[in-house]
Amino acid sequence: MKSWLTTTDHKRIALLYLGTMTLFFTLGGLVATVIRVELATAASDLVTADTYNRLFTLHGVIMVFFFLIPSIPTFLGNYLLPLMLGAPDLAFPRLNLASWYVFVAGGLLTLTAMVAGGLDTGWTFYTPYSTTFSDSHVILAVLGVFLAGLSSVFTGINFIVTTHRLRAPGLAWLRLPLFVWSLYATSLILVLATPVLAMTLLLVAIERGLHVGIFDPEAGGSPLLFQHFFWFYSHPAVYIMILPGMGVISELVPCFSRNRPFGYGFVAASSLAIAVFGFLVWGHHMFVAGQSYFASVVFSFLSFAVAVPSGVKVFSWLGTMHRGSIWLTTPMIYALGFIALFTIGGGTGLALAMLAVDVHLHDTYFVVAHFHTIMVGGMLMAYLGGLHFWWPKISGRLYSERWGRIAAYTLFIGFLLTFLPQFVLGTQGLPRRTASYPPEFQFLQGLSSAGATILAVGYVLPGVYLLASLVRGRPAGDNPWGATGLEWCTSSPPPPHNFVRPPVVTDDPYDYPRAPQPTITGVGDA
Amino acid sequence: MSTPFELLPAAASATSVAVDVVVLLVFAVIGVVSLGVLLAMVLFVVRYRRRPGNLTGRGHDLATIRRFEFTWCGITAAVFLGLFVLGALEFDRVERVPAGAEAVDISVTAKRWMWSFQHANGRRELSRLHVPAGRVVRLHLTSEDVIHSFYVPAFRLKQDVVPGWLRTAWFRATAPGTYALACAEYCGTEHALMRAEVVVMEAHNYDRWLAQGDDGRPPLAAAGRALFERLDCGACHETRLRRRAPPLEGLYGRAVSLRDGSSVLADDDYIRRSILRPDAEVVADYQGGVMPTYAGLVDDDELLLLVAYIRSLAHAEGVSP
Repeated sequence: MKSWLTTTDHKRIALLYLGTMTLFFTLGGLVATVIRVELATAASDLVTADTYNRLFTLHGVIMVFFFLIPSIPTFLGNYLLPLMLGAPDLAFPRLNLASWYVFVAGGLLTLTAMVAGGLDTGWTFYTPYSTTFSDSHVILAVLGVFLAGLSSVFTGINFIVTTHRLRAPGLAWLRLPLFVWSLYATSLILVLATPVLAMTLLLVAIERGLHVGIFDPEAGGSPLLFQHFFWFYSHPAVYIMILPGMGVISELVPCFSRNRPFGYGFVAASSLAIAVFGFLVWGHHMFVAGQSYFASVVFSFLSFAVAVPSGVKVFSWLGTMHRGSIWLTTPMIYALGFIALFTIGGGTGLALAMLAVDVHLHDTYFVVAHFHTIMVGGMLMAYLGGLHFWWPKISGRLYSERWGRIAAYTLFIGFLLTFLPQFVLGTQGLPRRTASYPPEFQFLQGLSSAGATILAVGYVLPGVYLLASLVRGRPAGDNPWGATGLEWCTSSPPPPHNFVRPPVVTDDPYDYPRAPQPTITGVGDA
Repeated sequence: MSTPFELLPAAASATSVAVDVVVLLVFAVIGVVSLGVLLAMVLFVVRYRRRPGNLTGRGHDLATIRRFEFTWCGITAAVFLGLFVLGALEFDRVERVPAGAEAVDISVTAKRWMWSFQHANGRRELSRLHVPAGRVVRLHLTSEDVIHSFYVPAFRLKQDVVPGWLRTAWFRATAPGTYALACAEYCGTEHALMRAEVVVMEAHNYDRWLAQGDDGRPPLAAAGRALFERLDCGACHETRLRRRAPPLEGLYGRAVSLRDGSSVLADDDYIRRSILRPDAEVVADYQGGVMPTYAGLVDDDELLLLVAYIRSLAHAEGVSP
């Protein structure tokens, strides 16, 4: 126990993060369950309106700040970055451990706020509601999120320095795995954008606690200033969430197509382009908030611009599959699910970036569905795909491939049933964040709730068979998938300092035509 | 919006049909692209499945990759540009009040958790808004507490109502009927119940309805004039000889040149700002530091009255500033 809590091994810290975030995800998921049960009927009958407002806020805050943002970087990134670079650890191992403690402290603060009576501002903390009108625990929650942000900055700095300084001999920048490129782009956003969130949240706390007029118009402040600050972080933040997911998919698709990535340079560059453009689109959250027509037009244009590099990713994944040798394993099913759902999520994002269309769809269920399609459909599929891909490396064991596939298909179907109806609800004009709604929306809301139960089953299954694999799983061997990449050149799980002999890189990445064939037999063969 | 199979609620305003065309177009694009991606994946999974004789990929050469990537970027950029232009052009039509139209001005006040309305002749109503069909209705919206959002799905109209600002929005309803109005911005406990009805009537019925409700309360502009006199605003704004302050006749809706060289549209919010922070945007050729702030002296409802009065002078004869 003590050796875990004082460890500086990036692999152990990654597992600490995995455990912590699984707890947060479970909590956020349970809350989502209550929300979906409440919404199964039109009236607000399971919980009161006040409780409902606290529940959707809790769901949003936990899932965004304590799961989606840290998930892939702090777990898979932490575990894999040094392995992929051929390094013994991250550049600052103790900073890495500190980031976990700060993260846990932030989580505990936020949970304290929730237990003490909750938070009812939504995860967006809009002013002046949050600073003046809400009688919930805003300051406590804001400080918790502030700490989570600080932890993100620690991780971001660590990843950037590690990528610059600790690459194995011969591992030039253009030989880096695409997952590393995506982590690097993500870290840039983490370091550059998070301080703005931190500052904004502190200002909210200051205004609320000391009644200094910053955002409240009664005291001479501006509510729109808050929105600008908040989205200046929170829009890049959705790229923090999705970029590492894209990186994971860029590992899975070449491996299970036995092909080189279609346009390595394009995929790597698109990660950086998304990171840069992602900073310039925040105003598309404010088309009906009252910013000028000119500002809205510019933000709309830039939002379309950021879609071009996202389109490059999808095209490259399809190109990688073309003329490949496609092996439909559990991780690959997740990857294909990601590509399908990311296309729908990104496409509906374009609808929201269109000015006149957004006037109708803004703040409706359409936005809820769009966001969840990118985040749950996209990011979570990538997270699970990555988890299944690297699980044999991390645990040294093979999980049940049959159950893996059942769970992946269950999740995909459950997801579509849950969120496709919400696109329609929003188009029909149902605003989000309401405990009750007019009865004519009952049918689709009920359908969505039914889908959510299937989704819930899909989440529980991996927890069961992955844990079972620790006990009953066959040994995985060093490289069960026949994958390229330095992480597969060491034992499973890797020794404390990753490599017995420091690796030297002599080839370009993803040389799948010449890679060793998989050592697993009977898995996923057609 | 009564059955789950109507994708969009029945269109009921002058702009909503054109918006629907754009909505359906972008939905079609999303549908085609998503299905295309899905089909491509299924096709590849079947055609290139891993089997004896196909255990490694056959890949592509660099020139092919480059050609396809650039072509793809070009196609997506062109489609995106087209969608952007369509959305922006239609947005302009949705936002801009039609020039030359005689507008019915209605003041809207949002507060947790209800909507109240005041018509030009002073008639007030709560949670139900009567408007004439076929005429331009111009809304002047303000909030007494937090941010709300005025959303009438049938009109494809949404406008955030921000405390400390006066927002305007407009619509021209096409067909008599009753339409849902909802608050779209989360505003606290009873956000879900902050709904109202928009009752669209034939224009002559609206005129009769408006006259019936004339309960002796002065029209907004007249009430604004009374307040204007009580606050003695005319001492400067109507004293043409001394020219201490700009005249207000013909001001509303025009561009005003400011001392710092910039120019601003004299809309509701400019007038409101000028009453609350007179020295922030001083009109060209005038000295600042003359007018005291009226923040704290007039409340939100009184501001709406003053704005209504100044708006009523929009076509009045006056000294050109």
